[in-house]
Amino acid sequence: MSLRFENVSMEYQKDRPVLERIDLEVPAGEFVTVVGASGSGKSTLLSLVAGLVRATRGRITLDGQTIEGPGPDRGMAFQSPSLYPWRTVAQNVAFGLETRGFSRQARKERVEWLLEEVGLTEHAHKLPGSLSGGQQQRVSIARALARSPKVLLLDEPFGALDVQTKEDMQLFIRQVWQDLGTTVVMVTHDVEEAVFLGRRVLVLASDPGRVARDLRVELPGTGLEVKRTAEFLTLRAQVEDLVRREHRAHLAGARA
Amino acid sequence: MVSVESPPVEKAATPAPRVRLLKTEVSRRTAWILRTASVAVPFAGWWLLSVSGLVSDRFLPAPPEVWAAFTEMAASGDLQGDLLASLGRIGAGLGLAILISVPLGFLMGTVGWAQPLCEPIIGILRYLPASAFIPLLIIWLGIGETSKIALLVIGVVFFNTLMTADVVRQVPRRLLDVSATLGAGRARVAARVVFPYSLPGILDALRVNAAVAWNLVVVAELIAATSGLGYRITRAQRFLQTDRIFAILIVIGLIGLTIDITLRILRARVGRWSV
Repeated sequence: MSLRFENVSMEYQKDRPVLERIDLEVPAGEFVTVVGASGSGKSTLLSLVAGLVRATRGRITLDGQTIEGPGPDRGMAFQSPSLYPWRTVAQNVAFGLETRGFSRQARKERVEWLLEEVGLTEHAHKLPGSLSGGQQQRVSIARALARSPKVLLLDEPFGALDVQTKEDMQLFIRQVWQDLGTTVVMVTHDVEEAVFLGRRVLVLASDPGRVARDLRVELPGTGLEVKRTAEFLTLRAQVEDLVRREHRAHLAGARA
Repeated sequence: MVSVESPPVEKAATPAPRVRLLKTEVSRRTAWILRTASVAVPFAGWWLLSVSGLVSDRFLPAPPEVWAAFTEMAASGDLQGDLLASLGRIGAGLGLAILISVPLGFLMGTVGWAQPLCEPIIGILRYLPASAFIPLLIIWLGIGETSKIALLVIGVVFFNTLMTADVVRQVPRRLLDVSATLGAGRARVAARVVFPYSLPGILDALRVNAAVAWNLVVVAELIAATSGLGYRITRAQRFLQTDRIFAILIVIGLIGLTIDITLRILRARVGRWSV
């Protein structure tokens, strides 16, 4: 029961690989964060799992099944919440449920449950335009979770939020993960966030993107206060150094 | 002991004058006064000029005379008949143009091959003035209803297609990605995502083109017709009834305004979310 990359390479233009020979296994229920300099193909990695693009070589499997397109076993949320602005919060969350044979009643119950989980029950009938950035992102995540995906893919979901909201959302997504037991793969450029949330942090190298380091994270706590512990700060510095080195290499490569 | 010099107390600041931007605003009250003046001043000017004796009554009838002409035409039933004829034409012509241009524009905005296939020819055709087609249309289709409806379609369809295509093309890529991950196929994305997202913009385009269509109806009727508001104007011209011409022009303007307001209200209802 896992998400596997088998020798996956991806290029949008010929001989300009974005990702090269990725071999990776993510066991079910893991929370993986992915960091890396620009040009490391972080977002492409998620798009591949989502089935929005196809790998040039290699294959990705989920529970042994090769991924060939989008499917209900994977849900995705982006940095811009990309909600349907003409649909209410509840209708946004229901979108994915309208495409399969859900009865009206089943859909309603599922949406109610999801809104409860993300704490937006009282906003169910509002339009997204009247919500705050953090609330919009919650709707987007609830929508991605609607079809009970095995894997939740998050592409810099909190990148556009202010610091306080971001920390709230970090605790929120951790709670969702614990409640649902979903595998989470989250791309972020924020190393602190990556180390705080990920039980495993992947550092990608650039040009072409590949896994430079695969770190297991064990922290002495789970609350925000853990961010001040020596363990956390050491790990964070370590990852930052790795990302910085890759960033410099990327710049040097661009100049050459 | 270390003494710390306190910073000089700042003088109570007078509210800083706001920088004057290019765009300025007026109060609601002022706006309403200006709106009223925008109609009332020209109207009063017309009235004054017509009673001043500077211009002959034949050329510039006074408002009461125009009103009299209006009630006379309304009493005879001519005006209602002509109005219905003109409205029927714009309804048919604009309706047909929408049926062609909205699906075509939608296709151009979504499907890769439709844009390069259609844009060059439509880009050329839309610069041909529709009214220049009138002689040709009369030769081809006679002076009946068909040629007038065809004129409306020619005048509206090309612009509306390109404007619709532009609107449809603006649906954010991310929204399409999200919809795909939520299991929506192309048909569902078209119906449930692209169409609702574009609808307010499609109505905006339609509002612009409805004005063009209304103008063209009257132009077509001026040239060849046996009914309609344009036809009524040419008849009045024959008998030098400028008061009637004025009355019909005002009716034309008011109908145009009604069409515009109706579409505006529709747009506001449909596009509540887009503000």
